[in-house]
Amino acid sequence: MAQPEPELITIYIMGKGYQVPKGLTIMRAMEYAGYRLVRGAGCRGGFCGACGTVYRTRGDYRLKVGLACQTVVEPEMYLTQIPFYPANKATYGLTQLKPNLATLLQLYPELPRCLGCNTCTRVCPQGIDVMDYMARAMRGDIAGVADKSFDCIMCGLCASRCPAEEVQPNVGLLARRLYARYLARPAAHLADRVAEVKAGKFDSDLDRIADMDLAQLKELYNSRDIEA
Amino acid sequence: MYSASMRESIAKVAATRERRLEEKHPRLTPDEKDALLRGFHPDFREDTQRPVKIGPNAGDSMPHELVNLLEARSVIDPVRPLPEPDLDVDVLVIGGGGAGVAAALTAHELGSRVLLVTKLRLGDANTMMAQGGIQAASKPNDSPVIHYLDVLGGGGFTNKPELVRALTSDAPLVIKWLEDLGCMFSKQPDGTMMSIHGGGTSRKRMHFARDYTGAEIMRTLRDELLNRDVPFIEFCPVLELVLDQEGKCAGALMQNFETGQFLVARARTTILATGGFGRLHVSGFPTSNHYGATADGLIMAYRAGGRLAFLDATQFHPTGVAFPEQMLGQLVTEKVRGVGAQLVNAEGEQFVFPLETRDAVSAAIIRECSDRGKGFATETGQPGVWLDSPMIERIHGPGTVRKELPAMFRQYERFGIDMSQDPILIYPTLHYQNGGIEIDEHGRCPQVANLYVAGEAAGGIHGRNRLMGNSLLDILVFGRRAGRHAAEQAPTVKVGTPSVEHVARFNQEVAAAGLGQASAPILLPDYVGR
Repeated sequence: MAQPEPELITIYIMGKGYQVPKGLTIMRAMEYAGYRLVRGAGCRGGFCGACGTVYRTRGDYRLKVGLACQTVVEPEMYLTQIPFYPANKATYGLTQLKPNLATLLQLYPELPRCLGCNTCTRVCPQGIDVMDYMARAMRGDIAGVADKSFDCIMCGLCASRCPAEEVQPNVGLLARRLYARYLARPAAHLADRVAEVKAGKFDSDLDRIADMDLAQLKELYNSRDIEA
Repeated sequence: MYSASMRESIAKVAATRERRLEEKHPRLTPDEKDALLRGFHPDFREDTQRPVKIGPNAGDSMPHELVNLLEARSVIDPVRPLPEPDLDVDVLVIGGGGAGVAAALTAHELGSRVLLVTKLRLGDANTMMAQGGIQAASKPNDSPVIHYLDVLGGGGFTNKPELVRALTSDAPLVIKWLEDLGCMFSKQPDGTMMSIHGGGTSRKRMHFARDYTGAEIMRTLRDELLNRDVPFIEFCPVLELVLDQEGKCAGALMQNFETGQFLVARARTTILATGGFGRLHVSGFPTSNHYGATADGLIMAYRAGGRLAFLDATQFHPTGVAFPEQMLGQLVTEKVRGVGAQLVNAEGEQFVFPLETRDAVSAAIIRECSDRGKGFATETGQPGVWLDSPMIERIHGPGTVRKELPAMFRQYERFGIDMSQDPILIYPTLHYQNGGIEIDEHGRCPQVANLYVAGEAAGGIHGRNRLMGNSLLDILVFGRRAGRHAAEQAPTVKVGTPSVEHVARFNQEVAAAGLGQASAPILLPDYVGR
């Protein structure tokens, strides 16, 4: 049975109109229209933040944003991609830092300029309460920032709309690294195992298993116990 | 979002849920597994592969889509004289994913002059998409020896043993390295790493960072590369390796993706970390892979004389999205099964133990949807079976899906599906290139001096089938090993004059065999107008 003809809608890529099938994501619609994407396409699965897109629909003054790989086209959609945004990233040596507010302020002195406008939260394609974690940053609550910013894919759309020129994704990243390095307890079992490996504790067993023939290996594998 | 006919089948799944809570589907015996793979895994279908006619692996069978590129002519004109080298470094790293960045950081730390070049953005790679976790024998009831056996059994005992040993011995060291870099693993309050099973593991050794494990690793490593000011160039794909008069690797020829300008980087040692071939859509399957996964590194290393291994073995991830259409082929992380979701057919019956190895689960799903006729077909004809995600909430309590699998939950939510309440339809998706360019335990390409390979581009570590959580591990283990060895060797290397004569010779071989209508590497898949 032949597939039914797809229903076409009109979208405007950087102002130019194209007819594309309903139901496509913005990314697939751009390709359908003839674009060979070099920038503005990455993992195509909502994880990499390469395809931030700003759009508006006819009759609505409000600008919306989304990931091109995750947002379905709407009729009369005007869109443009923001494949790169020249946001500031502080550079630092993690081992020289202290996990406190002073560190955040030293590396991102614009932090207190936040106007509390909530634009960042409204635009986040991940549904993160960005303003909330920025407020936590201003209180020096590094664990809170790390937790609340965790799902950030660093698409930068929040930064692109921020009137205070904050770079929220980089503040979140700094806080996560500070948290994981200094505030979360180190894994004792891991340090122990590293010491054992370096001391060569497993070498003789690995030598022994390396010398086994296929039948012995299969026997060992098929009879191994499996943790419940 | 689900249609009425889907709802009918979903009701059957819900009806058997209480019973399945207690029901354990038996594991496959070794003989059953063998028969299942031979009967239903795409690797064993006769129409999916053919022997490559030319080059170091002439006569070896590989997927048509890859052979088409191995038998293609170069995208460059190798007769034209190379431009003078613009860049001169100790260690050239090609690829900006987890393996490449780990290699660059390691070589840089050892004092090398490093340059990293990458086709797309820094961090654009499958690494970023890996959700499930990273294996390491870090717990007291586990050891690198037990891990070794799991890797070998999972790979069908075909793996190169010295690579497995490197993988499992370095694993705890890699996790520690990440912990020190401030990578935010999921932990208990006392610092104990949370860890779960994956398909084919005999210990709970899958460490994770919620369900953004790869993303968390990649953004940490990328941040560190930026902090240390390691030079890198984005949107600059390599088109060919360059060799010196003795056939040793001497760097690479690349092209600015936007301006078209050619650049030559001369290097004492070169590390190829260009990823796999998912976007070639082997056997017509949808793929979970990154946009850039087009096998470029395999093609150029092959022309330089590198041998390929295990490329007849392709990993299909059993749980790719089958519905909605917009998400087709995207990955549903194995962690969904790790925390309790079962695979059930259209009648709500289990048909496979959920944590068999990936090849076996994929084959079982294909069998359920073909011979057994118990799959569910969507309105577009896409077959699938149900992954009963609500079971997770039934076992661990309401809210667990949202908390443990936020990325998955969010993606389905965008299309009006609540996977904590309703099961999701899945079908195998092309996920991983099990094989790749041959390497030794230092990441060296045995056939081409001063060339190293790390990450998915390399072959032999996983044999014919990789286990979940060993890919994030292998890119870091062999990225670091290659970075270290390349940095240590660099001072002893005397680089000759870069040349692409080997490409000219390969083009002649291609032409003599009556091949070469197409050109490669292709750099990006072609989706224009589709």
